[in-house]
This record gives sequence, structure tokens and C-alpha cells, in this order.
Amino acid sequence: MKRSNIIMFIAALLPLGLFLFPLWKITLEAPQYPTPLGMYIHINDFSDVHPHDIKNINLMNHYVGMKYIPEAIPEFKIFPIGIIITTVIGLIIAFKGNYKWFLFWFVLMIVLSSAGLYDFYLWEHDYGHDLDPKAIMKFTNPDGSVMGFQPPLFGSKDILNFKAHSYPRLGALFLGVGIAASFIAYLIGKKNNKKSVTM
Amino acid sequence: MKNILKSTLALLSVLVAFTSCDNASKSNSGALSSSAAEKVYVAPGEHDEFYAFISGGFSGQLSVYGLPSGRLFKVIPVFSQDAEKAYGYNEETKPMLNTSHGFVPWDDAHHPDISQTKGVVDGRWVFINGNNTPRIAKIDLTTFETTEIIEVPNSAGNHSSSFVTENSEYVVAGTRFSVPIPQKDMPIKDYKGNFKGALSFISIDPEHGHMDIKFQLIMPGFDYDLSHPGRGKSHGWFFFTTYNTEEASTLMEVNASQNDKDFIAAVNWKKIEEYVNNGGGTMMPAKYAHNVYDEATHSATSTMKKEVRVVNPLEVPGAVYFLPTPKSPHGCDVDPSGEYIVGNGKLSANLTVHSFTKMLAAIENNKVAGDAYGIPILNFEDVLAGVVEQPGLGPLHTEFDGKGNAYTTFFISSEVVKWKLGTWEVVDRQPCYYSVGHLMIPGGNSQKPFGKYVVAMNKITKDRYLPTGPEVTQSAQLYDISGEKMELLLDFPTIGEPHYAAGCPADLIKPRSKKLFKLEDNKHPYATLNEADTKVVRDGKTVHIYMTTIRSHFAPDNIEGVKVGDKVYFHVTNLEQDYDVPHGVSMIGANTSELLIMPGQTETFLWEPKQIGVWPFYCTDFCSALHQEMQGYVRVSPANSNTPLKWSLGEDIE
Ligand SMILES: [Cu+2]
Repeated sequence: MKRSNIIMFIAALLPLGLFLFPLWKITLEAPQYPTPLGMYIHINDFSDVHPHDIKNINLMNHYVGMKYIPEAIPEFKIFPIGIIITTVIGLIIAFKGNYKWFLFWFVLMIVLSSAGLYDFYLWEHDYGHDLDPKAIMKFTNPDGSVMGFQPPLFGSKDILNFKAHSYPRLGALFLGVGIAASFIAYLIGKKNNKKSVTM
Repeated sequence: MKNILKSTLALLSVLVAFTSCDNASKSNSGALSSSAAEKVYVAPGEHDEFYAFISGGFSGQLSVYGLPSGRLFKVIPVFSQDAEKAYGYNEETKPMLNTSHGFVPWDDAHHPDISQTKGVVDGRWVFINGNNTPRIAKIDLTTFETTEIIEVPNSAGNHSSSFVTENSEYVVAGTRFSVPIPQKDMPIKDYKGNFKGALSFISIDPEHGHMDIKFQLIMPGFDYDLSHPGRGKSHGWFFFTTYNTEEASTLMEVNASQNDKDFIAAVNWKKIEEYVNNGGGTMMPAKYAHNVYDEATHSATSTMKKEVRVVNPLEVPGAVYFLPTPKSPHGCDVDPSGEYIVGNGKLSANLTVHSFTKMLAAIENNKVAGDAYGIPILNFEDVLAGVVEQPGLGPLHTEFDGKGNAYTTFFISSEVVKWKLGTWEVVDRQPCYYSVGHLMIPGGNSQKPFGKYVVAMNKITKDRYLPTGPEVTQSAQLYDISGEKMELLLDFPTIGEPHYAAGCPADLIKPRSKKLFKLEDNKHPYATLNEADTKVVRDGKTVHIYMTTIRSHFAPDNIEGVKVGDKVYFHVTNLEQDYDVPHGVSMIGANTSELLIMPGQTETFLWEPKQIGVWPFYCTDFCSALHQEMQGYVRVSPANSNTPLKWSLGEDIE
């Protein structure tokens, strides 16, 4: 097996790390929470950073009329299937395909990941803005519009008394490295191809 | 040569000047107060190095202080009802205060002791005695809650208690007052020879700490005052001071102070344990309560026991000896090595120290001076290790720093005196403000004392604090004992009478602290684990309200169909699963107290409405931004009405 195909093989397997490690983490800090509240977002689940964190996030969020973080969202079904399918495609390419297909897989993964991120952003936006009209506390922005409580997609942000942090975790790293590796496989494949042509 | 000598002399005198100057500044209050303040200062957000568990004496409770700051963290209800925490008021903890005399919601809490493993305090449980209606309580240090109380039969004035052996095999409960065993109606003047003193050895389950009376040693009718287990080489023995070996029963201050020497009773409990394990002793009828709190059901059950195993010391030859000790000895303290047994003769000018090694040798050589009711008395001189000559007036209690020093309190001369084990010389003395009883060094009751501080516990304070009526606060005082000389660092007030204390490093307890009760582990028979299951159930004239709390509402919060004369039980489950978010609930007219329910816990109180109307209930613990809105109503109809039972939460009001 060629070196580029081996790399492609690894690249295709790496996103499976999403089934082992969380994709994202959202942390909420406030003075009365010396141990910050936090939740992990997995490919198929939300989970507590410390026991009962999600319950306690929900309890706080209800003051401003936010919905409870659902047990499951439809994406938890779609994303794992997507990852398995793309991995299978990646493996087929690694065994059968030529290097040009590696580029195809790379582009496919970029597109799908971006779509996933965008979907996540939409969910977050809805979660942070679709508030109960009977909310106990109502806040407005300086411009008079209703204040949203959307956590940042990436980075840190002040939300009332909380500082919210949102950053990728190990699962995302596996995905990212996998995608990058497919591009490297493509470059190496291309170089080798040139060599074999000239020789 | 001359020059060298001269300059040396000059140097020496400079040194002397410096050191004396240093001494002068130390005794100067200005410099002292600043350094003392720094030593007890624990900055905001920082934790104290030690926990001190100080008994509340006649308050019946146990208080928790930080050292060196002297800050009060908590009062743990043990033998007295406590409306703050509903202890002894709610249905779950009422059984904790059950005794053979019925519900006794008070006691005189005296001597806390921390459980030990291999002679070192392990921070798992604190045991403390109820002096008046003889009881021993166990406090679990993962929750700081009283989780077990065992009554001690055949006992009266449970004072030489509750001290724990070095692997927590036993906690001991020696009677202060001898009484007829079994109790009977007889003339008091016939005390002598007829009354008996029970020394109870209560086994501790190594896993759960459950207590069980293994045996009672039925001793002659003296007063058994204080006790301590042997440790190290003397592990397996227990020592009890006695007074009133005269067996007087009236005008005790005179009649019990006639003998020049009373005794320290040395009990080889290992020998008796072996005897008992082989079926020795006799079961005798007795009635005593054993109350156990279950953390899964959040409820206590009280079981009335019917018999106890008693042992006559004469049945086990070689198990019990008397060591003559002057004069009405009070404290009985064993040093960390287990060699020295200090008997503080409270009417004696000197401190008497016995040697365990010499005691064994005297027993070996059968050097017996006589006997009391068949129990051999050893020769005073044969067991004496040494005497601390005239160290002060009225010696009471001794603790050890693990560095070869002993610290004894003197009640009459109101001071703590430091002296050296083995040489018996007095090293230092510091005044107390005023009339000190016990003192405590963290771990000072074990083989490994943390000899950094000593806490002296005082009976009176007079001018020491702002006056608060005829009674002023009682107090503790903290001394730094890390150097050769003791240094008074701090006074701090205490609850009740700070009778005795036990202390250990905070790091032993902090990591094991329970932050909440998991809802899924809640096995309370009336628990409601989510709002959907809340309900109100009538059973004749009894109404059970299955209620939940969460920030910031009760479910249900509107209840109708309750009638005058009903017995209404509020079974309230706190659905929170966050550290330190209790909710309270109180009901107008309830003849009990509020409830203070920890996250994941269920508690119950009884309300018997006597008047018709619509009556509010509310949360008593400021739980959240909307705590003030955390409230509800119960409609009470006449006894003969047929208002249907109804309950709701958040139903739209038309
Ligand atoms: Cu509340």
C-alpha cells in the first residue's frame, strides 16, 4: 500500500474519535459557582461536566425564560450516521481510490463540518432567543431589543452575571486532524504521482 | 590575646542585649498582639488548618470551629432538639431522641472523640456522650449529622465517656453515679456495697460505625469520673479514674473527699473481650434504645433492646486492677506512647503519673497491697512513674503534643501548665480567662498529636467579653505551642459549656465531605422524585401531602380539601441537585418547626389545623432570586364539610 493511501486510511478513521471524546464544551462561570457549570456536547449526546450541571444550568436559565436543554436533538441521530458514512467512504477511497479522491473526501468533510457547525449555531440561537413570554426576568439590549442568551459558538462572552466559554474538545481535534490528514494524503499522492510519471 | 578576649566579651554582651531586647519586645503587648493576630488570621476564601469539635455541654450539641481562626462553622444537633434544622422535630429524626424513658429532647454533651485507625485520628466519625440520660451518639463527618444514638442501661451520669480505642474497636461509657443494678426501690443509706458502677464497652462496626454494647463490667459502687484507652504498648487496656471510693451518698463534697487516695481502675478489655467471645458473662434483662439514622431513607428508626451482657470482674482474674491515686482524681490521660497514665488528683497539690511498664511488672510479681470487693489493689509506689511537684492548684486534664511534653489545666489557679514527661519538670505556664476545664490539642488524644495549638475551654469569662446579662458567654482560648513557651493567640466565645473538644486536620475531612444526596438514591418511603408525581392523599383523618421544592416553587402550591382536626403530613422532597441549595418550608400554626431540606433529601413535618381558613406556607431558606415568591396556600374547611381534595401548581387563574 502506498504511503498516501495509508495516511488516507488513518484520516478516514480519525473522525471516529468523536464517538470516544466530546466534540465541544460550554462552561459557565459566576462568583457563586466556584466550580463552574459546564456541559459537553458529544456527537450523540449532551453530558454534565460535573454531576447535575445540566440540571443546574436549566434551573438558572428558567429565570430568563430559556427552555430546558433537551435530552436529545435530531442531530444526535443524523451526525453519527454522517460520520460513519463518511468514514466508510474514506476507507473505500483509501483502498481503491487514487489521490484525487482524497481531495474529494477532504472537500466533502469541510462542507459537512461547516454545515454541522452552522446547524449547531442555529440550535444555539434558537435556544438563546426563543424565550418564554412569561419569563420571570426580562432584559433588553442597549438598543431596546430583547436580550438573547446565546452562548458563543467559539470563544468567551459575558452573559449577565455569567462568563460563558465555548471551545472544541478532543473529539473535534480528531475530526480536524482527520480532515487535515486527508489533504496531506492528497498532496503526497499528487507528488508521488508526478514522480512515477516522470520516471 | 587580651584583645580577642575583650572583643569576644563585647560580642557576647551585644548578643545578650539583643536577646533580652527580643524577650522584652515579646512580652510587650503591642508587638505581641500584631503577631498573634497574624497567626490566627485566615484570609477570606482560605480555609482553617484544623477542625475543632467542641461540645456544647448543657446545650446538648456539638459545635464545629476552625483553628486557628476560632470561627464557628456549624452547630450539629445531637441530644437536643434544634428548630433550625428540624432535628428532633421532623418525623425522620424524632426517633433519634427516643430512650427507655421516652422522648428525651435534651442532654448534657460532654466528651467528643474522633475515630482512630492505628492510633491516628481518621476523621470518619465523632462520638460524644450524653451525660444525663446515658447515651452515646455517633456523628458522621461526611455529612456532619448525628447518625446513631445508643442508650446505655445500668448507667447513670455517663461521664467517663466517650473515648475511643486506637483502632476504634470500642467506645467506652463509664457511669459517673453508681446505682442499684438492676434498678430497684431501696433506701439510699444502704448505698455502700449495694450500688454498682457499670463500665460499658460499646463495639464499633469498622465499616459503618454501628454501635452495639458488647459487654458491661459491673464494678464496685464508686464514681467513675473519666477514662482513657491505653495506646501503643498499653493498647488493650482502659483506665478509669474514680472518686467516692468512700461510697458516700450524702454531702459528697465532704464525705467523698475523706480517702487520701482513690483509684485509677485499669481494665484489660482484651482479656474480657476474649472471655466474652468464649461465651463468658451473663445476659441480663435491660431496656435501652438503639436509634439509627439511615441515609438512604433519610429516616431514623428506634429499636428497644431487651438485654445486655454483663461481666463480674471477679469472673475474669487478672483483668481489673486498682492503682491508688491521690486525691479524688478527675482527668485520666494516657500519653501518646502509652507508657504514662496521668491521674489528676483535683484535691492534690501534686500530679501523679503512673507507669504502664511498672504496673505490668507489679502484676507479674503479684505485688498486691490489698483488694476492694475482690479486685486487687496494687502498691502506689510500685506503679508510680513520677510526680510533678506543686505545678498549680486543682489539676484537671492533660493533653500531649507528641514532642515529649504534657499540658495540664488547673481549675483553681486558672492556668495551663506545660511540663516534661519523664523529668516531671514544669517548663512553662500561661494564665486562662477564667477557670479552665478541659484542654485540647488536635490529635492530642491519639498516638500522633498535631502539637501546634492547644485550646483551653473556660467555665467563666467575667470581664473578658461585653456583658450580655447575668450570664456572659463561655469561651475557648487558643495558644500556640509550637515553641518552648506557650503564646496566647485568641479568645473566642462558644455555645453552651465548652466541655471538651476533639480536633484534627481539615484535610482529613474536607475531601470526604458529601455535597448532596443523589435523588436516585433517595429511598424515603414518602419521597417524590419529580413534580409529576406530587399528590395529596387522604386516609381517614390523615392527609399525606407529597410535595417537592425546586427554585423557586413548591409543587403543589394550592391545596384544598383539608379539614379541621386532620393530621396533615407534609412530606417534602428537595429536587435540587446542587451543592448547598437547601429549601425550607414552614406552615402557619404547626406545633413543630420548619423543615430545612438538603438537596435530594425528603423530610416530613406534622400539621394539625385547628382553624378554618386559607393558610399560607413558605420557604424559610433564602434559596434564590425568587425566594420571596416561594409560597403556597392550604385551604382548611370545617371538619364536617365535603370540600373535595384538590391540588395544583400554576393552573391558570380565570
Ligand atoms: Cu426556597
